[in-house]
Amino acid sequence: MTIGVEGTTASAAAKTILDSEILRVEDLHTSFFLPIGELQAVRGVSFSLHRGRSLGIVGESGSGKTVLARSIMRLNLGANVEISGSAFFEGRDLLALSRREMRRIWGSDIAMIFQDPMTSLNPMVKVGRQVTEHLRKHNGVGRQEAKRIALDLLNEVRIPEAASRIDRFPHELSGGMRQRVSIASALACEPSLLFADEPTTALDVTVQHQILNLLSREQRQRNMTMVMVTHDLGVVAGRTDDILVMYAGKVVEQASTVEIFDKTQHPYTEALMRSIPRTAQASHTPLVAITGRPPVATHLPKGCAFSPRCPYVQPRCHEEDPVLAPTGTSGHKVACWYPVGSDSNREAFERNLSNRLPQTLAVAESLGADQSSETPISVPEGGLA
Amino acid sequence: MAGSGKAHLRSAEEVLIQVQDLVVEFPAAGKNTVKAVSGISFDVMPGETLGLVGESGCGKSTVARSLIQLPPPSSGSVVVNGVELTDLSDRQLRPHRTGLQMIFQDPISSLNPRRRVADIVSEPLRVWGPHDEDEQAEIVDRMLYAVGLDPEVARDKRPHEFSGGQCQRISIARSLVLGPKVLICDEPVSSLDVSVQAQILNLLRDLKAEYGLTLVFIAHDLAVVKNVSDRVAVMYLGKLCEVAEPDKLYSNPAHPYTTLLLESIPEPDPAVAIDVSLDSTGEIPSSIDPPSGCRFRTRCPQASERCTNEEPQMREVSAGHYVACHHPLVAVAG
Repeated sequence: MTIGVEGTTASAAAKTILDSEILRVEDLHTSFFLPIGELQAVRGVSFSLHRGRSLGIVGESGSGKTVLARSIMRLNLGANVEISGSAFFEGRDLLALSRREMRRIWGSDIAMIFQDPMTSLNPMVKVGRQVTEHLRKHNGVGRQEAKRIALDLLNEVRIPEAASRIDRFPHELSGGMRQRVSIASALACEPSLLFADEPTTALDVTVQHQILNLLSREQRQRNMTMVMVTHDLGVVAGRTDDILVMYAGKVVEQASTVEIFDKTQHPYTEALMRSIPRTAQASHTPLVAITGRPPVATHLPKGCAFSPRCPYVQPRCHEEDPVLAPTGTSGHKVACWYPVGSDSNREAFERNLSNRLPQTLAVAESLGADQSSETPISVPEGGLA
Repeated sequence: MAGSGKAHLRSAEEVLIQVQDLVVEFPAAGKNTVKAVSGISFDVMPGETLGLVGESGCGKSTVARSLIQLPPPSSGSVVVNGVELTDLSDRQLRPHRTGLQMIFQDPISSLNPRRRVADIVSEPLRVWGPHDEDEQAEIVDRMLYAVGLDPEVARDKRPHEFSGGQCQRISIARSLVLGPKVLICDEPVSSLDVSVQAQILNLLRDLKAEYGLTLVFIAHDLAVVKNVSDRVAVMYLGKLCEVAEPDKLYSNPAHPYTTLLLESIPEPDPAVAIDVSLDSTGEIPSSIDPPSGCRFRTRCPQASERCTNEEPQMREVSAGHYVACHHPLVAVAG
């Protein structure tokens, strides 16, 4: 692992951190060295997060969202991995700490919830003990005291009949209950930062709703900072303050949640929003599919990684990779040469349409060739590609 | 929930698939029985897409599998195209299965990793003919092209060389190669990325129009089901709750369970307010010992004593909208 921060720069950076800033990630790169070549999972991600805020990291599988979260957490990414950049948590660079120092932070200051609660809980340990394991370790709480706290926590995450469930093993609980146990365990030491990596992907829709509500409630009550990693825009809409959209290891768009939904600027974000079916749409509304598929991280295209699928692609996109830059609106950043909504974007679309570029034609046909209208458009029967 | 009852069935002459009183039970540890499906009746018109929705464990996949008699149901009747499938022996059943094809959730594990794509897609042809190899190759190429794969490139590759979305295209090609009437789709897009999901949904829509298919579409994602279906049936713990056209069902749900499902959907719209204090709905009970009367009563805000004692029957609340509930959320017509 290479760490590009020396003592002097670290303290200088620490000074610039605002009081309310809890996490600042700067130019984070994570690469895996595989027999088939270098896999650049995370390619220069920077963002900062203020205390008490919630951030959604959205992307498809392979976009690097989980590797990003695990790189910040310094969780086992295996051998043959190289992480560079920095991640300042309350002023200390996590990437420069020893494993021993990290162990003091895990669980007590930063906690994490995983997708599959069956594999993240120890099958051999009763849930009560599991919930307070790090509380006993970090805070030196005694056995009786720990049991009382465990019961309080299980009640707080609304596990029915907590007193009897405290002595159960994980396999005796349903998936939703297990996820409640892992949330209770994550909350035990009152961490200031919580990572939730696809916390509801393995759960049914009604249970997902309960778990997301539980997380939102705890986050607000405890004024905890939360990072929610998900592939589902529905999970973060209305629940997080800000959103990062990742594609091929980079952040392509960053803004407040409302802004990103209402004033989408990156073509990939726009394409994602168009491609998801919504219950508000009439039945049989044609979906605007994204042509092609995400790039393979060992063979990234030159220039912008989304360019082979982008309906607005121009020659420049194949040559130069756009950097994440601020737009007119405060806090809204986008990495695109022809952002959605700009004049250059409209010109690019017209140009591609007259050049009969396949992905542009597909979008135009699905939208009924009416670019001035809003995103969900129903076209007459037979009007789809 | 409940319900039994057949008020929602249409004329037997018009429908392509008619399922009545379907019961599927599996032996469990001890002397227990898993009551996966407990008396479900439904029908599908030719060219229609029936969406089956419900949470995991509600029996929706079991219903799909009992349509192709894999395994045969414990009791009940499955009539496809005028033929009662439950009366047939395994040998008699085989020719009827060609008209009923299925695609599965995980496209990668449903394809044999050691075989070439052309062999996978042509296997049904090797059994049912035409047996001429050139003719088979031509059909395979045509099918691969129809699902959006380049036959020249795909033919000689093996499944691991394709992404999940492409593997799902290959299994769709395989399922259509015998020219089936009915395609049963069991969670066909739930393991795919969102950007690929729309491609597969659009492909199924196009193929349905092109080949005149009748679809039984199973999914847990209500937005996906609404998008593809002509009629939606909501299942809970081995029973049907509500049957209606999607636009009606989603705008005017009559069953408390449908309402719960709809309220739980994470809508990708930040303007939709979320009440984070809601948290009282519990989880699906065990299908070994389901609740008496209405099976949803343990989670239902409307539940009364009647729901404990008496199982609600399917009844019509408005034209084409049926619900099995003692206390439906919409006024009952007539």
